[in-house]
Amino acid sequence: MLSRTADNIYWVARYVERADYLARILEVTLRLTALPLAYVGSTNEWESAVATAGCGKAFHARYREASEDSVKEFLAFAPSNPSSIRNCIELARTNARAVRTALTSEMWDVINGAWLELKRFDNAPGSREEFVRFLRWVQETSLRFDGSAYRTMLRSDAYWFFRLGVNIERADNTARILDTKYHLLLPAHTHVGGPLDYYQWAAILRSVSALTSYHWVYRESLKPWLIADLLMLNPKMPRSLASCYDNLVRYCDDIAEAYGRQGPAQRKARGIRTRLSNLKIDEVFQNGLHEFITEFISDNNELGGAISRQYLM
Amino acid sequence: MADCFDEMRGANGEIRPAYAGLDAWLRDLEPDILEQRRQEAELLFRRIGITFAVYGEADSTERLIPFDVIPRILGAAEWDLLRRGLTQRVKAINLYLKDIYGRREILKAGLIPEDLVFQNQVFRPEMNAQKVPHDVYVHIAGIDIVRVDAKTFYVLEDNARTPSGVSYMLENREIMMRLFPDLFSRYRVAPVENYPDELLATLKSVAPDTAAADPTVVLLTPGIYNSAYFEHSFLADKLGIELVEGRDLLVKGGVVYMRTTEGPKRVDVIYRRVDDDFLDPLAFRPDSTLGVPGLMSAYQAGQVTLANAVGTGIADDKAIYSYMPEILRFYLGEEPILQNVPTWRCRDPDDLAYVLDHLPELVVKEVHGSGGYGMLVGPMADKGRIAAFRTRIEADPKNYIAQPTLALSTCPTWVERGVAPRHIDLRPFVLTGRDAVRIVPGGLTRVALQRGSLVVNSSQGGGTKDTWVLDT
Amino acid sequence: MRIRVSHQTAYRYDTPASRVIQILRMTPRPHDGQHIVRWRIDVSADCRLTTQEDAFGNITHAFSDDLPTDHLEMLVEGEVDTQDTGGVVRGTIERFPPSLYLRETALTRADPPIRDFARAVADTAADGPLPLLHALVQAVHAEVLFDTDPTHPATTASEAFSLRRGVCQDLSHIFIAAARSLGIPSRYIGGYFWRSDGVTAQDAGHAWVESFVPDLGWVAFDPTHAMCATDAHVRVATGLDYLGAAPVRGTRFGGAGESLAVTVHVEQAAQQVQS
Repeated sequence: MLSRTADNIYWVARYVERADYLARILEVTLRLTALPLAYVGSTNEWESAVATAGCGKAFHARYREASEDSVKEFLAFAPSNPSSIRNCIELARTNARAVRTALTSEMWDVINGAWLELKRFDNAPGSREEFVRFLRWVQETSLRFDGSAYRTMLRSDAYWFFRLGVNIERADNTARILDTKYHLLLPAHTHVGGPLDYYQWAAILRSVSALTSYHWVYRESLKPWLIADLLMLNPKMPRSLASCYDNLVRYCDDIAEAYGRQGPAQRKARGIRTRLSNLKIDEVFQNGLHEFITEFISDNNELGGAISRQYLM
Repeated sequence: MADCFDEMRGANGEIRPAYAGLDAWLRDLEPDILEQRRQEAELLFRRIGITFAVYGEADSTERLIPFDVIPRILGAAEWDLLRRGLTQRVKAINLYLKDIYGRREILKAGLIPEDLVFQNQVFRPEMNAQKVPHDVYVHIAGIDIVRVDAKTFYVLEDNARTPSGVSYMLENREIMMRLFPDLFSRYRVAPVENYPDELLATLKSVAPDTAAADPTVVLLTPGIYNSAYFEHSFLADKLGIELVEGRDLLVKGGVVYMRTTEGPKRVDVIYRRVDDDFLDPLAFRPDSTLGVPGLMSAYQAGQVTLANAVGTGIADDKAIYSYMPEILRFYLGEEPILQNVPTWRCRDPDDLAYVLDHLPELVVKEVHGSGGYGMLVGPMADKGRIAAFRTRIEADPKNYIAQPTLALSTCPTWVERGVAPRHIDLRPFVLTGRDAVRIVPGGLTRVALQRGSLVVNSSQGGGTKDTWVLDT
Repeated sequence: MRIRVSHQTAYRYDTPASRVIQILRMTPRPHDGQHIVRWRIDVSADCRLTTQEDAFGNITHAFSDDLPTDHLEMLVEGEVDTQDTGGVVRGTIERFPPSLYLRETALTRADPPIRDFARAVADTAADGPLPLLHALVQAVHAEVLFDTDPTHPATTASEAFSLRRGVCQDLSHIFIAAARSLGIPSRYIGGYFWRSDGVTAQDAGHAWVESFVPDLGWVAFDPTHAMCATDAHVRVATGLDYLGAAPVRGTRFGGAGESLAVTVHVEQAAQQVQS
């Protein structure tokens, strides 16, 4: 297939995934800010939302302070923020439109329908209720899009590039949550215990839709090292780094097999997965959680670059 | 326009044979059915065409081109005349282009003034002495035809560059068959659905000799912001070929490749919907970002076929149009089967005098104008405008031609208050390959929806109709 | 005169370009006043030069380099024997009748000021195209100041004329626009110029004009030097304007921070054979 077509498909997937991620961060932040300060501490949750979204710099170039209004506006609607939910949906559709015939009509209907519906939110929702409804709608759009891809796409290179996009973005998102919140998971915190951390931990799990899963997997109350284990190393959890890399390796291999040739992307994906599967969570803590995450984000970016150079340019 | 020819009814109100079935069907119809079907058709178009309905970046409701549910019908004999006339005309156009960019016999014979060719911006010096694969220049022509009486079809314009509209021809038929199965049971209508196959066969047949046995064909589009992008992606899909943009192609060692996920893949034939000016920044406009740097040098080396060839504008230019009858006689030794609209060339003093004397009844066109810009429609213009135009013509007579105001034929059309006659034209698509000329029976009928209007352009409120060719 | 030319073009990219494609018009052809003794082109990229001939008869070389590269150099070098023919150019390749060279191009469009200027020159010149062209070459030279600062390769005749400044390319475009507006077929010539003052190093090649005079043929006028071309001119390429005769037309993919250095040496060859 044309490199540009593959590139468009890959980016449609990334933008939809990113919109979904932003919606979940905003929802969790709303929850935390609805709790009494005694339960969550006096940190500015809106500031932390901006950091988790990975756009602190761009935000502070425009706003002095992170408040509910400014962050909602910036992360969800601002045309000036290239990664706002609105722009993600716009960009996803622009990419989809350029390869209209390479997507299934079901996928096109979802993304084009979402784009048309986005206009209803031209005036940013005023009430919390409306805003939450908007965030739900974004997550449902992403579910429908993913689902229609899963159910309607031919299992050929177009599908594999689509899945690569989803998983690179997802791994990046999960890693960013860990990057912003890692201090809450550090051993020093375990002494503190108490409700303050509990709600923060729950919020982390919610932001990757894993609060229920946690209990099924560990059958324990919330423990920071187990949360870290779930998000990073547990291949059963669909948003964990390990699970993303299981997928990335599989789809890179599918492409290599179909084209009869492999390259840097395959080697890089396998290298990262091998590291993840050989690690124990204790070692991660011993060697430094923060260092690990920083390195992972950079590795993940490198894989994105390798995929681009090998196939998409 | 009381005297114009109506496709369905003769002068005394009698129904022409081709329309008998349609007439009976219309009379049997429940009153509201046509309006219901029209609305259904619009819904279907919105569904299929949602990608072009939502074009404008800002507004999501770009108007669809209106579709009229009453077909335009051509009998077998009428179509036979058109088919022969179109084939003849396109053959002559290809021979003419080969000559203009080659030996220039027609200029030596003095049939066309040299300056009309050499000083014409659509003549491309770069094509001079350039051999094009299999001597075909115009692979896809969209010839605009109007009818003025039972026997006379005029060619209004020869579109020999990148004619569009064929997707409507195909979609109109699909929709008609879905909406009116009953009407089709009364007729045997020649199919048009094979057009994509014919087009692909045509394009493959003109692959350069250096191409592989099964040549790779692509469709080159300016991109999603082009107004015909829907048609480009529609055709690429129907033909099963890649829809590429300039940046997807690269030229290396005189060969054109497309960038694929499996590495560069050789391209043999480019069905290009990008204008000459933008094709190659190293040969034409250096600021073009839509083209492929080096494409012309690959073309010159005979390693790739461009369809249509570069420089075909010198065949459909308004200044050249009036010479088409001479061009047909010169290259084919035959009389034209389809007539040209009588045209006065203001560069000729006698013609100029006549035109200046008859401005209120003529249509005057700027030779290098386009899109109806710089045009005088005498019968519609007031004295001031006519006087102003007279001054312009006198200042630069060479730049103008004039034609009589034509009484375009009418066809029954569904309008707000029922069925009424409206003016129509016809754009059949003529395919020329190495081996054959192919014409799918019919074409795109455009209709002026405003009462009395002669303007069928979609940009000015025109609509389209399905076009039927019968076997009797 | 035997003239030795060496013309070096060097591109550097701060961020390497992933791909470069170029078309060169850097190879002269002989005519009655010019014999090519030897000529060669070297390109630093590891690639094949494809030789073609363009519509105007110019020799072109096309090449592309696919490896990421931070530099690209071209060296053109050769020797040409020239003769002074009083500006009359014979024995060239002619693919078109002279009337083609009345075409307007974006770079040579005659706007009203240029038309008026041309008209004024025609009104005062002696009868006939040749005196008119001589008057025009003097007039353009007098009217437009040679200045390398204000213009660039995409400057049009009308822009340069309104500035009354420009380089040899701009003066040639103005001359062409004016001559065509008077109905005289004219074309752009790219080449080299040997300076009699002993200066051999130059920043760029040279450009001048040929106009068609009935019964005489093409005559070369150099508005930069207010004269007809002589044996100091080496004729390389011709076209309707600069774009048609440009020594290099190219595109780069990727990369950034391009810098270009051109050095031209034109000198008289030590050993010259005059007959």
